[in-house]
Amino acid sequence: MATNILTVENFQKLAKVIEENKGRQGALMPILHEGQKIFGCLPIEVQKMISEELEIPLSEIYGVVTFYSQFSLEPKGEYVISVCLGTACYVKNAQPILDKISEVIEAKPGGNSPDGKFTLLATRCIGACGLAPVITINEDVYGRLVVDDIPKIMEKYL
Amino acid sequence: MEKVTLTIDNMKVEVPKDYTVLEAAKSVGIDIPTLCFLKDINEVGACRICLVEIEGNRNLQTSCVYPVSEGMVVKTNTEKVRDARKSTLELILSNHNRECLTCNRNRNCELQTLSEELNVTDIPFQGELLETVVDNKSHSIVRDPSKCILCGRCVSVCKNQQKVGILDFTNRGYYTQVGPAFEKTMDETPCIYCGQCIVSCPVGALREKEDIDRVWEALEDPELHVIVQTAPAVRAALGEEFGYPIGTRVTGKMVAALKRLGFDKVFDTDFAADLTIMEEGHELLDRIQNGGVLPMITSCSPGWIRFCEFNYPEFIPNLSTCKSPQHMMGAIIKSYYAEKQNIDPEKIFVVSVMPCVSKKTEASREELEVKGIRDVDAVITTRELAKMIKEARINFDKLEDAEYDPTLGMYTGAGVIFGATGGVMEAALRTVADVLEEDDLEEIEYTAVRGVDGGIKEAEVVLGGNTIRVAVAHGTGMAKELLDMVKAGEKEYHFIEIMGCSGGCVTGGGQPHVPAKVKMDMDVRIERAKALYEEDELSRLRKSHENTLVHKLYEEYLGKPNSHKAHELLHTSYVAREKYGPIREEVAMAMAEAATSKDK
Repeated sequence: MATNILTVENFQKLAKVIEENKGRQGALMPILHEGQKIFGCLPIEVQKMISEELEIPLSEIYGVVTFYSQFSLEPKGEYVISVCLGTACYVKNAQPILDKISEVIEAKPGGNSPDGKFTLLATRCIGACGLAPVITINEDVYGRLVVDDIPKIMEKYL
Repeated sequence: MEKVTLTIDNMKVEVPKDYTVLEAAKSVGIDIPTLCFLKDINEVGACRICLVEIEGNRNLQTSCVYPVSEGMVVKTNTEKVRDARKSTLELILSNHNRECLTCNRNRNCELQTLSEELNVTDIPFQGELLETVVDNKSHSIVRDPSKCILCGRCVSVCKNQQKVGILDFTNRGYYTQVGPAFEKTMDETPCIYCGQCIVSCPVGALREKEDIDRVWEALEDPELHVIVQTAPAVRAALGEEFGYPIGTRVTGKMVAALKRLGFDKVFDTDFAADLTIMEEGHELLDRIQNGGVLPMITSCSPGWIRFCEFNYPEFIPNLSTCKSPQHMMGAIIKSYYAEKQNIDPEKIFVVSVMPCVSKKTEASREELEVKGIRDVDAVITTRELAKMIKEARINFDKLEDAEYDPTLGMYTGAGVIFGATGGVMEAALRTVADVLEEDDLEEIEYTAVRGVDGGIKEAEVVLGGNTIRVAVAHGTGMAKELLDMVKAGEKEYHFIEIMGCSGGCVTGGGQPHVPAKVKMDMDVRIERAKALYEEDELSRLRKSHENTLVHKLYEEYLGKPNSHKAHELLHTSYVAREKYGPIREEVAMAMAEAATSKDK
């Protein structure tokens, strides 16, 4: 969170993207995609600018942003924790692991920790069923976990 | 229109080919249940209550959006259909907050009616309830998402008809909710509080912020002199709450009921409507004769005013500076009336009965007071008045007609028609015409500005050698269309009337609920407006400047229209408002800089 994403440069990039797509049918989706890339997320300021330029109500844009999981309202944290909730992990008790991490970093699935350092995601199968239940923290992979493993793992990142 | 023949429940039906199955069935008296369907507003086939069997289709189809075709065979009453409709309804009910007994919509809820009609006797599923928060922070609208059934009627009316777009679907799947962007409360959004979402809602998810308790309290307080004023449109709809047909005028019974409730004086906002015409008419003449900002736009509708402040601040200089009739009335009661009756204005409590929920927020605007004394103390809707009458156990049907208190209760037909779209314009023209022609004209009905068909209404009137071009829009969607044309220089007018709601105040957000099923058969806007035009025709005096009480008020107190005193009491100002509140200064600067560099 420390880095300021709402810079003149970023808004200029966004303005350009809006200009390129304005007037086209279905302009909103490509603009949101680019906006997510430029800012790393789609906070109210970004959505407001898109709303005013495209003359689409903010509530409609917010509806689209919250419908698709690839869009986020807050910037991702330094560490992105993905907890696999695919079938294999789920039957191997992935849910209590997710709950435990959520408790430790004080973040709800899909949200950030209060200091913005961590982002917690519940994901679909990541194709590592042999390691179930499995989580990833950025590029690090942790498998065959039990709830009690969590505090020790998290210590490394806190 | 070309016709097609189809068979519905073994009956041959011939209908225009652009009909839906629902409309075709209706035309031969077959009643298909609906829930999300709201004629001309929400025709999306979302709730799946209107399912029917159509031969050749594997699945049941939603009749509200399914077009008819030649030779089609439809069945609306088979076991498969009944079971499917019932299961759908049971699922909707499974996670609905079923506190019907204490719900605002108890006994006029479309979901409740449907449960009875489809003979739901058990809800076999107990759905998990979402944790929701009731938003009651605005002065006008309360939102209770636990009652919401996601039909989308409010979303459509707000976005498509009103072009405001405060509410929309957010999140996905089980977590879907209807609400404002970024989970903001209504008072943090550019909501204009027209309340069309409330009158579109089939259930109790949207309602007005009630002020009934404060009114009861005032009535109980022996220290207070409690005065009530009723807006023109209330008389055209209140009767519906007591079983009268839509469009019944109940002026006399309403006044009688208010007297029974214990108000010290019952005055009519129509008097202030006449006063508004005097002020606004002369303001218009002044602007035309002295090169003021034109077109002048009416300022009676607080929903429209908020729409203008948020969306078209460049038109603020065009707004008439006249306070709305509700506030003119309040200001006159607490000055002229208080002085004449020798009552301390601090001890006067003014209650307005309005067809509107935006009036509640208007009454809270900080500038609407004179020397620290609020113009209006409490605003209740037509629906709230009906609740009070019921709670007081007054037998409305048996009431003898009563008359308004004469002190400030006199009004003309011109004041009455304020409640329908085009009414303010017509009332103003009646007065402006007489002034410019220096005559007492007999031709006073300006029918071109009446009615609800065909969008923006325009007229050209030649008065005293001047051609005056006027336009009327109702509903903020239409207002937007009109203002965009004026802005682009495509149209030029002298005077524009804008009302926030389609049809004007008669179909305001505070009026009695009318089920979607009834709205399929009749245009409520027309029926209720008829009641007002009828009262106008029956009036002995039909021009605002003929109101002798208004004359007396000018003679004894105000001097002449737009005098210094009139300005102090009866005029106001407006402010440009930023949508969704101000954003951080440096961000705003970054956005502005980006926008200007783009233009280069």
